[in-house]
Parts: sequence; structure tokens; C-alpha cells
Amino acid sequence: MNILKSREMILTAAIVVLLGLVATRFPAFIAPSNLVAVFNDTSPLILLAIGQMIVILTKCIDLSVAANLALTGMVCAMINVAAPGVPVVVIIAVAIGLGAVLGAFNGVLVWKLDIPPIVVTLGTMTIYRGIIFLISDGKWVNSHEMSPAFKAFPRAEFLGLPMLSWIAILMTVIFFTIITRTTLGRSFYAVGGNPHAAVYTGINVGKSQFWAFTFSGALAGLVGYLWVSRYAVAYVDIALGFELDVVAACVIGGIAISGGIGSIGGAVLGALFLGVIKNALPVVNISPFWQMAISGSAIIIAIAVNTRAGRTKGRIILKKAEATQ
Amino acid sequence: MSHVERIIPDRLQSPFQKRIKSWESLLLAVAIGIFIANSFASPYFLNAWNLSDATFNFTEKAMIAFAMALLIVAGEIDLSVASIIALSSTAMGAVAQFDVSTLTIVLTGLSVGVICGAFNAILVTVMGLPSIVVTIGTMSLFRGISYIVLGDQAFRGYPRDFAFFGQGYVFWVISFEFVLFVVLAVIYGVLLHKTNFGRAVYAIGNNATGALFSGIRVNRVKFILFVLTGLMSGVAAVCLTSRLGSTRPSIGLGMELEVVTMVVLGGVNILGGSGSIPGVVIAAFVMGMVTFGLGLLNVPGIVMSIFIGALLIGVIALPRLWAMWRK
Repeated sequence: MNILKSREMILTAAIVVLLGLVATRFPAFIAPSNLVAVFNDTSPLILLAIGQMIVILTKCIDLSVAANLALTGMVCAMINVAAPGVPVVVIIAVAIGLGAVLGAFNGVLVWKLDIPPIVVTLGTMTIYRGIIFLISDGKWVNSHEMSPAFKAFPRAEFLGLPMLSWIAILMTVIFFTIITRTTLGRSFYAVGGNPHAAVYTGINVGKSQFWAFTFSGALAGLVGYLWVSRYAVAYVDIALGFELDVVAACVIGGIAISGGIGSIGGAVLGALFLGVIKNALPVVNISPFWQMAISGSAIIIAIAVNTRAGRTKGRIILKKAEATQ
Repeated sequence: MSHVERIIPDRLQSPFQKRIKSWESLLLAVAIGIFIANSFASPYFLNAWNLSDATFNFTEKAMIAFAMALLIVAGEIDLSVASIIALSSTAMGAVAQFDVSTLTIVLTGLSVGVICGAFNAILVTVMGLPSIVVTIGTMSLFRGISYIVLGDQAFRGYPRDFAFFGQGYVFWVISFEFVLFVVLAVIYGVLLHKTNFGRAVYAIGNNATGALFSGIRVNRVKFILFVLTGLMSGVAAVCLTSRLGSTRPSIGLGMELEVVTMVVLGGVNILGGSGSIPGVVIAAFVMGMVTFGLGLLNVPGIVMSIFIGALLIGVIALPRLWAMWRK
């Protein structure tokens, strides 16, 4: 627990240093209003990183989150176009429900058929994208077709913060409670830490993984609506490749890809780290084309640091045997 | 929870029975079925030139799939292959701006592939990092470098004879790419099934620690496999760039998915330890013909990807559903 705490401290320090560096040249970057904007811009990533973190905790990976997001977003937009009178609350419920179903589909394949999660989610990633094309006929749903209430919700301010940010904060709190205060939450750690031992303690490994995928899907669905209404556009390719940023946020946040290690705080900080970089690049006059390479390098550096820190003494014997080759 | 049930049969199957029931023969039956269905579905399918064109759908992916098959059998994976293509193609485009010979361009492409593969290999074998995260990272990094170099621009102006690799024909309708595909299939088939190196690959995939203690240089073998996968991505980059005649940073986007699908469809266990090159070859034909047949029926590319995704999940799910149903 001490190591985890310190890892989160290191990450927090890294974010502060990063903000400080940018602020030395552009003080306006750390003005409260801009920090709020950066947080708001990072909120979708935070929400998805929380879901992905739970999935990674159980030794799985969910590469279909971005496609799930895009499909749910398109469905929400089309409902809005077909029936502009449907209240936003209903649309959000539909988004969470549909996202959960899409996530549960991954979960069932992993649980009942024992198919490796990477294969399942690589497959559903393309299937979900394809379905968007089928239902939308490849057409865009544009801003002027959406109802004002549909577009206004994520921007509506409450105590100086937009709803989008509030939802990210709310979900962070909810999932922090689930992860640390419920049996299901503890079972995620048990399943990822040692699946065999988890079985002997009476935990259904597959079922825990199923719930992890369902949570991840539900969050992706929620972000689907928020994304489409915030950018006021829905088309086949929205958030294309965003799943990599989500995995990157988790890896940077210290969530072990081999499962069982990680915290909600880590996932949120990992997402914020990437969010600050993304928002700082245009300010310090670096072309946005650099962002992809920077995310990639961040993943590699983070995983190298994590693995070094997490290496146990038992491995050293093997390392010596390997070194003498 | 992966729980493998091992049943020891009281009578060994005859070689003939074994062959009939193998994954490869099942796949071959599917391939023949699709071929027949295609020839009924479209009157344009059974045409030598059309069939030759159809091979371009899979040859480049299959070249990478051969090396990827070995890598997956050894229990690792490389998701950065499509990004290696982008970086390699960008390097070739950059070199081509200086009026160099075609040979220099090709060598540049291949060496960038090898360097990228070696970079993955060092991170996985020397630093001991999990290959799936490493290659998700390098997937962003390699393509990211292409974006830094090219932005929203494109490289054109490849020399005239460079077009041969992607557009040239060796004999009648037999394209250069198809010949290369066949040659590489034979090389990788021999490497995996007939050499000590191939046996080592299987051994590592089944039990890496056991392989290490039986004197196999596990890390060296894995290193070579990552470099080979990088090299094959370089070869595919030469063919693809030559066929398209230009380089954009989005070249080959999402191809890693199709390569992995091809390997898994070919009967390679995604968890490592088993699989064969003939299976991958047949899987390449199946995927190529499915996409080409759907193309003749005017099915858009994105809808085809539904078929590819369903194929990927379906081929793994069906045998398991069948086993569950029989219980």
C-alpha cells in the first residue's frame, strides 16, 4: 500500500512539475479557469480509464471501449433526431444500458467461452464500428439536427464546473467505493492477483471478469452520449484509436497489465497526465501531430518504470540464469 | 478461469482420421466452400485476372502473418506491425525524395523494419516487459513518428521501377507479390516445422521456464522472432508502398487486427504453444476470398470488417460451443 501511495505521489508530482514548466513560459495555463477547462477536456479519458482499470485488474484488456463509445453515441444521436422530445435523462439511461450490454457481450464471451480477452475485444471493436456504419448508413448526425437540450447537458455549469466534469468526479467516487468497499470490488483484485487462489476462496473468476467488462462497457456508453453531445457530431469514426490512450492512461497510472495491482486514483492521475500533455502541446507551440508519438513513449516509459518497481526478489535467480546465456 | 481437460484416448487415431479432423482440413473445406459460393454469387469471380487481383487482398498481410504466427506460437504478440509499415514507408518516401536508386529505397524500408523489430525485442527480452503493452506503446510511437515527419502531407515521386514490387507480374497473371508470398510461406513453413529453431519456438510457447532449463536460449529466440516480424513488416511496407505509389501516415491503419485474425483463424493458439504455417496459408486465402467476394457484391469495406471480426470470434467460439453442447 505504501508503494502504491508513493506511486500516486510521484505521478501527482510529475503533473505539478509539468504544469510548472508550462507555466514558466505561459502563466495563463495554470489560471483556475484554464485548469478547469483541462480537467473538463480530460473527463472522457478519466471515465474510460476507470472502466479499463477494472478490466485490467482482472487480467483482461478491453480494446473495444472506443468502438462501444462511438456506437452508443451514434444510437443516442439517432434517438435524438428521431424523437427530439425524449428527455436527456432517458438518453443517458439508454447510453449506460446499451454500453453495459455491449460490454457484457465481451464479458460473456470471456466468461462462458473462455476466449482470450484480447481476441474478443479486437473482434468486437471492428464489429461495433461496422454496426455504426450499418445503422447510420455512413451518414453524419450534425449539430443542427440535434435538439438544444441534448447538446446543452454536458456544458451546463453547476458550481463553476461543467456537468461533464461533475460526472467524471461522481463516477470516480462511485467506483472508488465499489472497488474498495464491496465484495465485488475486492474480488477484482483477488482474480487478477492470483486466479487459482481466488477459485479456492470461492470467487467465480469468470463472473468477476464479466462484471468488469460490463462496468467498462457502461462507462464507455455514458461517455458515448457525452462525447457526441459535447462535440455535437456523430459519425462512424469518432474516437478512433482512443482505446490506446485509455490503456496508456492506465499503464501510466501504475495499473499492472498482469492484473491485481492498481487504484482508481492511479487511473485518474494517469488520464490527467496525458490530458495535461495534450492541452499543453498547442500552448507551447508543438504541432498536435507530436501527440501520438508522445503517448506511445509515455506508455513505454511508464511500463518500464512499473515493471522495474514491481519486480520481486524471486525473479532474480531466473534473471541470472538468463544473463549467463 | 482456463481449465484444460486432458483426455487420454484408449486408441490412437489413425493418421488419416487425424488429418481429416484437423483444423487445417476444416479450414480448407471452408475455403473451397467460399470459393464455390463466390463463383455462384458473382459472374465476374471466375476470371484469371480477377482472381489474381484478389490475391493482393491478403498477400501483404500474410507475409507479416507468417512471422506473427511464430511469435504467437512462442507466446508473445506484436501489435505494432501496421505502425512499422507506416514508419518504414515514411522512411522510404523520405529517401526517395533524393533521387536514389530503387535498391536503396528497398533496403531503407527493410532496415527500418528490422530496427523497429529490434526495438520491440530489446524492450521485451532485455528489459523483460510484457509484449502486449510494449507493442501497444510502440504502435503509437512508430506511427506517431510518421505523423511528426509527414503531418497532413504525403510522399510521392517514387522511381518508375519501384512500382514493380506491388504492381509487377512475374508470369502471365502471377504477380510478384504472390510469388513472394509463396516463397515466404515455404521458408517459414520449413523454419517452424523442420528446424531446431522451430521446435524451440513450440517449446517456449508451451513452457518458457521449462524451455530455459532444457537449454533453449529463450530470450535469443524471442529476440530473433521480433526482428523477423519487423523485417516482414518492412517487406510488406515495400509491397504496399509500391502498390499505392504514395505514403501517408495513416498507411495500413488497423492492419495489425487483420494479421492477428489471419493467424488465429489459421489455428494458431493465441495463448501460444500450437499452430502451423499451412493453416495460416489457408486462412490467408479464406480471408482474401471473403473480402474479395463481398467486394464483388458491392459490400462496403467497413461492413466487411464486421465479417472479419465475427470470423475472429466465431472460429474460436464455435469449437468451444460444440464441446459445451456435446457435454
